[in-house]
Amino acid sequence: METKFRESIARAVHNPNLTGALGRFSEAYRTSRAKAYEGYDFEALRTQIAERKSYAASHLDELADLFTKNAEARGTKVFRTNDPAKVRDYILNLARENGVKSVVKSKSMASEEIHLNKHLEAAGIDVGETDLGEWIIQLAGQTPSHMVMPAIHMTKEEVATVFNEQVEEGQKPHIPKLVKFARGKLRTKFLSAEMGITGANIAVAETGTLVIVTNEGNARLVTTLPKIHVAIVGLEKLMETFDDVVPVLTALPKSATAQLMTSYVSMISGPVPNTDGTPKQLHVILMDNRRTEMSQDPKFKQAMQCIRCASCLNVCPVFRLVGGHVFGKIYTGGIGTILTAWFDALKASDDIQSLCIQCGNCTEVCPGKIDIPGLILELRRRIAVEKGQPLAQKAIFSVVNNRRLFHSMLRAAYVMQKPLQKGNFIRHLPFFLSDMTEFRSLPAIAEAPLRDTIKKIQQPACNEKIAFYAGCLIDFAYPEMGESLVKIMNKAGIEVVFPEGQTCCGAPARYSGAYEVAAQNATDNIDVLLANDVSYVVSACPTCTVALKQEFIGTFESLGQTDALPRAHQLADKVIDFSSLVKKLVAEGRLKFKEGQQLGKITYHDSCHLKRTLHASQEPRQLLTQAGYEIAEMYEADMCCGMGGSYSLKLPEISAPILERKLINIKKTGAPIAVMDCPGCVMQIRGGLDKQNSTIKVEHTVQRLAKELE
Amino acid sequence: MDPVFETFKMRAEAVNAEVHHFPHKNGALAFILNYLNDSGVRDLPQAYAVWASCPFLEGLDQRQISDSVPGVIFDVNREASAQAKVGISQLDWAIANTGTLMQDAAAVDKRLVSTLPLIHIALVQSDRLVADLPSALTKIRPEQTNYISFITGPSRTADIERVLTIGVHGPEKLIIVFFDGSGSVN
Repeated sequence: METKFRESIARAVHNPNLTGALGRFSEAYRTSRAKAYEGYDFEALRTQIAERKSYAASHLDELADLFTKNAEARGTKVFRTNDPAKVRDYILNLARENGVKSVVKSKSMASEEIHLNKHLEAAGIDVGETDLGEWIIQLAGQTPSHMVMPAIHMTKEEVATVFNEQVEEGQKPHIPKLVKFARGKLRTKFLSAEMGITGANIAVAETGTLVIVTNEGNARLVTTLPKIHVAIVGLEKLMETFDDVVPVLTALPKSATAQLMTSYVSMISGPVPNTDGTPKQLHVILMDNRRTEMSQDPKFKQAMQCIRCASCLNVCPVFRLVGGHVFGKIYTGGIGTILTAWFDALKASDDIQSLCIQCGNCTEVCPGKIDIPGLILELRRRIAVEKGQPLAQKAIFSVVNNRRLFHSMLRAAYVMQKPLQKGNFIRHLPFFLSDMTEFRSLPAIAEAPLRDTIKKIQQPACNEKIAFYAGCLIDFAYPEMGESLVKIMNKAGIEVVFPEGQTCCGAPARYSGAYEVAAQNATDNIDVLLANDVSYVVSACPTCTVALKQEFIGTFESLGQTDALPRAHQLADKVIDFSSLVKKLVAEGRLKFKEGQQLGKITYHDSCHLKRTLHASQEPRQLLTQAGYEIAEMYEADMCCGMGGSYSLKLPEISAPILERKLINIKKTGAPIAVMDCPGCVMQIRGGLDKQNSTIKVEHTVQRLAKELE
Repeated sequence: MDPVFETFKMRAEAVNAEVHHFPHKNGALAFILNYLNDSGVRDLPQAYAVWASCPFLEGLDQRQISDSVPGVIFDVNREASAQAKVGISQLDWAIANTGTLMQDAAAVDKRLVSTLPLIHIALVQSDRLVADLPSALTKIRPEQTNYISFITGPSRTADIERVLTIGVHGPEKLIIVFFDGSGSVN
C-alpha cells in the first residue's frame, strides 16, 4: 500500500465533517430506503433488473446496432467508439464546427471518466457543470466524493467559501441562499450556452430512446435551451425494450435517494424543435471504453448490471468513514473500485480494493444483484497474479500451510508472549506491532490448543458422530469455545470427532488474492474432513463455515481446477454452522433448555458471514430466547465490527473507528452480556471492551448455550 | 372521492406539490386567475405568466384572460419564459402511486413554461389518471413523440449537507389543478 494512500486514509478518518456527514447519511439512508421500498417486492424487482441488464450485456453489440438504427431513423446522429480520445475529439470538432463558446452539462459520469471538461477548456470552451453538487466541486477543483451526492464531503461554510473565491464575494453559509445564488448564476449560463451535454440512465435499443433522470431539473434545461444536445452514453446503459425502463425507473430513485420517483424524468427519442423553431442537433455517443471486454469476462460481466444508484456506498462501513476521495477515483465505493479497474486501469484500483472489508452489506441492497465483494476479491486475485504476492505475505502463508511449523511457532509464541500477557489478553505490543493493540487487546495464545485439550474430554459412547472444524482462532486462542461445543453435542447424544489434519480454511489467503494457497488449504481440509463417516461437519466460525461450504468450490472454479469440484461439493453438503445445527437439535427434541429460567438482558451481534452469506440471523436469537434471555437489540446489529480477519491488522486505522461505533451501540443496550457466533468478532469486540475497561462480558453463543442446556 | 385520486394527492403532496380539484373548467380557470393576481403577476419583466397552448384553452377567450390579468402571455417564447414568474401548461396523464405527471413535451413551449418560471401550474383532466408507471407507459409511447416528460413535485436538491432545498433550476412551486373534462365554460 502506498504511503500517500495511507496518509489519505488518516486525513479522512480524522476529518469530523466528512465522517459526520457520511455517518449521519448512512444511518438515515437505511431507514428511508426501507420506507421507499414499502409495498414493493425488492427481490423480485432486482431479479428482473439483473436479468434484463444481464441480457443486454450478453447482446451488447446487437443492442448498440439496434439503438443506432432506430435513433438514426428519427434523425439522431449516433457515434460509437471504444476510444475515449475519439469521444473527446468528436465533441471538440462538433463544438468548433458550430462555433460553440459555452457548454452546459448535466451530470455525466461517463464524461468525467474521460476527463472531457479539461479537454474542452483547454480548447478555450467554457464548460459549466449545472448539477449543484457537480458545479461546487468543479469550482473547487475537486472530483466527486460520492456518485450521487458529489459534494457530500463539504460543509455549507466550505461551499460559501468556494462561491466567494470562485464566483462572487459576499455569500453566506446559508443553504437556501447558496442554492438561490447558484440558480441565478447558472441560469445565465443555461440561456447563453450553445451546446448541452448530458449522460443517460438508460438507452432503449428498441426505440432509440434516452432516459435521463434528475431532481434539480437541470437536464430539462440542458436538453431544451442549447441548440445542440450531446449525450454521452456508456454501453452498459443499453437495454433491449422500452418495457425494461419500468424496473430500473422503479428501483433507481428508491435506491439512490430513497425517493419514490425523481422530480424529473425525460425520455428523448429524437431531435425536438429549438426555441427558435429550428430542429435540434441531437448526438448520441455510445462509449465503449472496455465495456465490451467487461461484458465478455465471465466474472465481471455482472458489473454491467449496475444502474449507478450508489447504494453500495451508502451501506458500506468503510465508505462512511473515508468517503469517495479515498475509496474510489471518479467512480467511488465498492462498485467504483470495480469500474476504476476496468475503465481506468487494474493497477489504479490496487490500493482502493484493499479497503473492502468483505462484510457483504452491499450485496443485500444492490438493485443489480451484483456480488460486489466477490468481484473485488477477483480483482485482488488478478492484481496478485499480475504483480505477485508481497514477500512478507508469502512467508506468512508458507508458515500457515506448514502445519507442524505453524503449530510449533505458536507454541513458541505462547512462551514468548508471557511478559506481555495479562490474564487472557495481550494489551500492548512493542515497536511496529503497537498499532495492532492500540484500540483493542489481543487474545493470548492458549496454553494448550483445542487439538490437544479435546483429547482429554471423556465423551460418552454415541451412535452418531460429527466432525468439528475448529479454525485457527478456536483451536489456538479460544479452545474453550470448542470444549463448550463438545459438551452440547454430547448432551444431544453426538460424539465430536476432531480430524487432526485440519488446517487453515484458506480465507486469509483467498481474501489476499492468493488463490493457489487457498486451493491447497481446501484440498488438505477436504481430504481430512471427508475421511470420517460423520453426519455433519460443524464449525463455530462463520468465516470458516463459508470457506468450507462455498469458497472451496469458488476457489477451484476460479483456478479451473474442475477435478476437485465433486469432493468440494460432497464436503459442502455436510457443512453446517453451529447455531443452525443446535436449532435443529432443539427442534428435534434432542436438546432441551433448563426450564423456567429468567436470565435477563443480552445483546446479539450479527457476524457478517453468518447473516449475509449463511443467512442465519434468527437461529441464535431464538436459541438465546428459548434459554431464557431477553434480547436487547443493539443499533445496527448486523453492521460489521471491523475485524474482517487480517483486515484489522492491515488497516487498523479503519478497523478501530468501525469497532468504536459497535462498542457504543453495544453499551447503549445496557445488556451485561454481548454474544455472537464468530470467534473473530469475539476477538475484536472483547479486545475493544477490555481496552475501555468495560465490564460487559463478550462470548460466543456456544459458551452461553452450553450453560443453559439440560 | 376516488381512491386513485386520493393516492395521487397524498403522493404529490408528500413531495411538496399542491393539488386542487374542480368539477368544472370554469372553476379551475377562476382559481388560476385568482392565483395569478394574488401572486403578483403583471405586465412587467420577472412578473409575466406564460401559458403554453393546450386543450384547456380551447374555447376560452385568451384576450379576456389577458385583460383580467395583465402580463399573461400566450405566445410563449424563450425570452418571455425567462422573464416569467408563473408558467401554465396542461399535462397529459397523472400517475397515482408516485404522484407524477406525464406529458408529450415535444413542443418546446410546454417545456419552457415548466422549467424557467418559479411557479408551475399544471392542469390535468380528471379522467387522465392511471395507477402506476407501467399503465402510464401504455398511454404515451416513444414511437409517438421525441420527448416525454415526467414531473414529480417541484425542482429539488440535497447537494449541500443533504439538506432538502426546493427550487434549484426548475420551479420552486408546483400547483396541480385537476378539472373534470366535460365541464362547460362561461
